[in-house]
Amino acid sequence: MENLLLMMAPLFSSKLLLVLFFGTLFGLILGVLPGLGPTTGGALILPFTMTLDPLSAIVLLTSIYCAGTYGGAITAILINTPGTPAAAATCLDGYPLAQKGEAGRALGMATVSSTVGGIFSVIILVFFAPLLAKLAYEFGQPEYFALAIFGLTMLASIGEGSPIKNLIAGAFGILISTIGKDFMTSIDRFTYGINELSEGIGFIPVVVGLFAISEMLTQSTLLDQVFKRVALKAVKLPSINDYKQTWKTILRSSGIGSFIGVLPAEGGTVASLIGYSEAKRFSKKPEEFGKGSIEGIAGAEAANNAATGGAMVPTLALGIPGSATTAVILTGLIIHGVRPGPDLFREQPEFLYGIFGAMLIANVLFFIFGFFGAKIFARITLVPNKILWPMIFAVSVCGTYSLSQSILDVWIMIFFGVLGFFMRRYGFSVVPVIIGLILGELVEGTLRQSLVIFDGNWLMFLTRPIALTFFILSFIALAFPLLRSKKNKK
Amino acid sequence: MNNVRKQKRANKSLPFFFKDEFKVSFIIIFISTILLITTFSFDIVPPILNRGIQPATFPKALLVLIISLTFVVYFLSTKKPWKVEKKLPKTFYLTLTGFLLFVLISKTLDFFLAISILSIFVSYCWGERRIFYLLLVSIIFPIIVFIFFETILGLRFPPGIITNIYYQV
Repeated sequence: MENLLLMMAPLFSSKLLLVLFFGTLFGLILGVLPGLGPTTGGALILPFTMTLDPLSAIVLLTSIYCAGTYGGAITAILINTPGTPAAAATCLDGYPLAQKGEAGRALGMATVSSTVGGIFSVIILVFFAPLLAKLAYEFGQPEYFALAIFGLTMLASIGEGSPIKNLIAGAFGILISTIGKDFMTSIDRFTYGINELSEGIGFIPVVVGLFAISEMLTQSTLLDQVFKRVALKAVKLPSINDYKQTWKTILRSSGIGSFIGVLPAEGGTVASLIGYSEAKRFSKKPEEFGKGSIEGIAGAEAANNAATGGAMVPTLALGIPGSATTAVILTGLIIHGVRPGPDLFREQPEFLYGIFGAMLIANVLFFIFGFFGAKIFARITLVPNKILWPMIFAVSVCGTYSLSQSILDVWIMIFFGVLGFFMRRYGFSVVPVIIGLILGELVEGTLRQSLVIFDGNWLMFLTRPIALTFFILSFIALAFPLLRSKKNKK
Repeated sequence: MNNVRKQKRANKSLPFFFKDEFKVSFIIIFISTILLITTFSFDIVPPILNRGIQPATFPKALLVLIISLTFVVYFLSTKKPWKVEKKLPKTFYLTLTGFLLFVLISKTLDFFLAISILSIFVSYCWGERRIFYLLLVSIIFPIIVFIFFETILGLRFPPGIITNIYYQV
């Protein structure tokens, strides 16, 4: 009961409501614009959050996360281009249905299923995050090391693209985290005499580079692309028939999305693909999928929004991000001096339940904005790239500079932008780099501290039951893609 | 369809060192090897201060892992070649040149001048010809961003020919 009251706190604070309002609005705009999204948007807004108190800052970031994930559906349905990668599966049925003159119905279903998925996942978050945090009290350094390794292997196996390339990208991310002074011995590593590198490479230049700048380069190769926008009169709420047809799909996808979200991976993107394929598998009319099936839209949208709450579970309970956007949120927490983990649940429940409540309200807000404003948001896609991207560059540069007031950070951002472009071109996902970078210190720190505890004996890891379980799960996660490809060959 | 087939055939007939698979794997292994060699120059901590492992051990292990996995990627690509990527258009190289210009100008002249020049350069190269929009992206918007960061975040931008005028006024 007390926790429920704490969750309601944002409703009674005009400041938090204002932050939620702008966060949701900004998130929707970011979600609608192809190439941008909640991860890039969150990274760009991070410097601005320094002017806010910690709760307002995290509420802003989480509302961008929730609304941005939904916003991708608007462009997916109206112009057949997913605003965010998580909305890719929505294109498959959303656009064909819109072409049949039912854009309003498609958007209505996307809005309702996203909201249900989002709210479902917040409920999961409220119940499971404290449980996971309690479990984390049993964790010592070896367990955290094994958990971080499990997170990275999961990322490789259920992320998009080749698992080996994902592993390389993850290892590269961890390698970046080793640049600078070694935190245990203060010995310089990979600094090459550059003093500014002693502090290490910041998270923001890497994220903004890998997402925003590399996307700018990608857009420079797509200038001849012409978007055809389907006409939209108004968003329509689904009919009773539509509800009858889709309620099971929405609930199933909400469950799938929440579960996938908890696993450290590309959250919404993978969740929506699995949600979509499961909707097709259980459907009475699978032949309609790909031709404008309302179940297809519901399956994909409920799953990708359900992943938002799911991804927040390990982020808040363990300090291990469940997706690229939660990695940005985790950075926001750290910048504001909040250390996620079990102690946070015991010492600052009002902060945590405030975030949970804000996520719940954000889901309701984007429902209202999406329902009444989808037509206006769709117009944002008409802003030409040749005007939009130079502006995004200006904000990226200033935002990156502002955190440490270092011009080197800006150059690092550009370097990672070019690198990210080529990584994506040759099938290396950039998300594992981000997760690797944020987990790097945890992986190395816990490994070295564990070895101190074990007196250098590596085999002692196997004497710890929880750590051993995570290692076995990591092995299964690595073997899974191999087994899957063998099964596909058969 | 015919073009794709032609491209695939062309890729098959290429010598191995011209293929993307080789070039990408080679670059990763080459850079990782250089970094691996660098790790041998890291200071060694005396045993009394050493906690767990030497500071160079962890990066070394990561680099060996990256090199080994890249070999696996290359080996797999010989069985299943990568998709042939389209040639990059001129606008890509122009944008890249814009970034170089930005780095040069921000280092030598002025941070905001660099933003303005990159913005107008990219916008023009991407096909914008309307004067108002070129002015919007190169002057009006950077000024708004500057004022916003300067006044709201209280940020001080690096000195340069334009920012110096602002700070002196």
